[in-house]
Amino acid sequence: MLKQLRVAWRILRQLSGDDAYERYLEHFVERSLISNCSECQQPLSKKAFFRRWQDEKWYGVKRCC
Amino acid sequence: MKKLIWLLIALFGAGAVGVIALQRGESVNALWFIAAALCVYAIAYRFYAAWISASVLACDATRITPAERLENGRDFVPTNKWIVFGHHFAAIAGPGPLVGPTLAAQFGYLPGTLWILFGSVLGGCVQDMVTLFCSTRRDAKSLGQMARDELGLLGGAAALMATFVIMIILIAVLGLVVVNAMKHSPWATSTVAATIPVAMMVGFYMRFFRPGQVLEATALGVTLLLLSVVAGGWIDHDESLRLCFDREGLFLAWSVMAYGFAAAVLPVWLLLAPRDYLSTFMKLGTITLLAVAIVMLRPEVKMPALTMFINGTGPIFGGKLFPFVFITIACGAISGFHSLIASGTTPKLLTNERDIAMIGYGGMLLESFVAVMAMIAATVLDPGVFFAINSPVGVVGKEAVDVVAKISSWGFPVTLTQMQHLAEQMGETTLFARTGGAPSLAVGMASIFGSAFGERLLAVWYHFAIMFEAIFILTTLDAGTRVGRFMLQDMLGNLWPKMAETSWMPSVLFASGLVVSGWGYFLYIGVIDPNGGVNILWPLFGMANQMLAAIALCVATGILIKSDKLKYAWITGGPLLWLVIITTLAAFEKVASDDTRIGFLSAAQDLAAKSAAGALPAEKAAVASQLIFNLHLDALLTLFFVVLLWLIVIDMLRVSSRYLAGKPVPPLSEAQYQLRLVNSERLMD
Repeated sequence: MLKQLRVAWRILRQLSGDDAYERYLEHFVERSLISNCSECQQPLSKKAFFRRWQDEKWYGVKRCC
Repeated sequence: MKKLIWLLIALFGAGAVGVIALQRGESVNALWFIAAALCVYAIAYRFYAAWISASVLACDATRITPAERLENGRDFVPTNKWIVFGHHFAAIAGPGPLVGPTLAAQFGYLPGTLWILFGSVLGGCVQDMVTLFCSTRRDAKSLGQMARDELGLLGGAAALMATFVIMIILIAVLGLVVVNAMKHSPWATSTVAATIPVAMMVGFYMRFFRPGQVLEATALGVTLLLLSVVAGGWIDHDESLRLCFDREGLFLAWSVMAYGFAAAVLPVWLLLAPRDYLSTFMKLGTITLLAVAIVMLRPEVKMPALTMFINGTGPIFGGKLFPFVFITIACGAISGFHSLIASGTTPKLLTNERDIAMIGYGGMLLESFVAVMAMIAATVLDPGVFFAINSPVGVVGKEAVDVVAKISSWGFPVTLTQMQHLAEQMGETTLFARTGGAPSLAVGMASIFGSAFGERLLAVWYHFAIMFEAIFILTTLDAGTRVGRFMLQDMLGNLWPKMAETSWMPSVLFASGLVVSGWGYFLYIGVIDPNGGVNILWPLFGMANQMLAAIALCVATGILIKSDKLKYAWITGGPLLWLVIITTLAAFEKVASDDTRIGFLSAAQDLAAKSAAGALPAEKAAVASQLIFNLHLDALLTLFFVVLLWLIVIDMLRVSSRYLAGKPVPPLSEAQYQLRLVNSERLMD
């Protein structure tokens, strides 16, 4: 039961974009491991990331009838 | 064993469709609608969608998708298929499938329900799925880009134009629906108005106070929204406060325009993004609640299967069953607008081509199910009540006594006390002539919710339903205005490059103003038109939406033929042919019909003649010249749609026949095959 609730919570967070920053950080770490260049860029702060995420999300047709 | 189960589902589904189709004289239980829908969807998904995915499109689980190949952690993000499904559904589901079936219920429950079921599984779902596939194979390109690449410049320009015009008409008609729901209703107006500061508070919270804490902020917002529904009731009971919110349609129309302009100019984080979160949660929550309530309550559908209005004399909108039921229910059966989401947006998240059937086809099935529920909510009302709410003043008259007499004379008995009692229960002063579909849907939903979860709260349920409809109508309205602004800035940028800068204020203000005045004009006319405006605007919207669907299907059919899949081209070619037939016929009638309630030109002539003879009532005479101009404009717009539609169909046929004859055509713009680097376990699922 607890496990199912946890899964549901994770899906809810992912659906709403609540965990977008955490996923971005994971992605960032993965990428910098592959390209092997840790100093070329710092990850964005949560605030800055969220700003960019929101602005990009709202460019183009995102809702219809 | 499996075969046996599917056979049973097929038989039960056929039985359920048979019950709703053949029942005469007695009422049908709404559960039969749900059963018929679920069986049809299950069979279509299991067999038709799976076959299209495997044999026609040859979706390839080993092929890398743009989300993986172009992954950047921001817009291209490989995402779990259920999450993608959620995003896709939230994006395609709007007010369309709620309003369309409600209006089409004037023909009886049967034609609309059949078109929702079979139009979606054979048309709408296929369109969404194939478009999603084509865009996934083309670096998640938009429909417009694909049309340009695959068909040529004409196709691209037509897709762009169609998108822009449909946006204008869509926003106008949705604005009209909200205005009609708020007209002289202090409770509804104050609740809808409160959603704006609530969205702004949530916006501030997410931007500055706790950046990125989306769920927290949404929970706060939803609580405030529910509170605002209750608070609307308090305002309604306060004599002085209720006067502030008791407004004419025209005032509300100007407010909606001012709001749309502000939403297009203000930064997204302040209004648009938070409102969208709230509306998505509200939408998913309320639709689930409605489904649960219908199953719990098992209401009887009181509307007959067919009404006499299939002959074209319906009070809500003029026009015969064929072709107008197919125009009125656009979203819910097939909606061209979805192709804009299925191309460009969703493919950027898709991890595996195998999931295309589930997301594209399945997403539309769910949307179609929403339309079935809207149909149920409209038809569980007493038909007399349904027509009393939805018939405009221009058709049934202004005096309540005349209205009930007229509607009862059609064979749908309704009494004055019944309507008064209902209005009192819903916390409104009157429910007569509340056209647009939203109020009658809200009454239907309130009676379903009320019976299932507590009768005493009917007025709260009613205004909750109004708020629920208004919030995502306004979300479509402000998102649409903003997109229209971007598109216009882009187009103007071809003339003067500086105009294309989306952050250059003069250009922002100019383009936003132009877009708002575009839809604002149609909204204004819709409000001053005594025939309700819906009669004109909804068919225009339906035709525009079907035209966009035809463009998407043209692109898909062209791609199938150019991929040497001529023998399968009927899966998109069939729905395309149907849409071309119904759109052209409907357009022809809207322009050329002698019936003044259908034909724009004959209505203009009739109005001009009456105006010259001085035979019009004073309030109509004052706006006659504006109405006449508008009718001519509508006729022109309809012709424009049809010409655009035929141009792109001919262009697709030209490209296809050149390809089949071995002549040079624009090459397939499909991305090169690249193997997905995944472990075998992920390949299996």
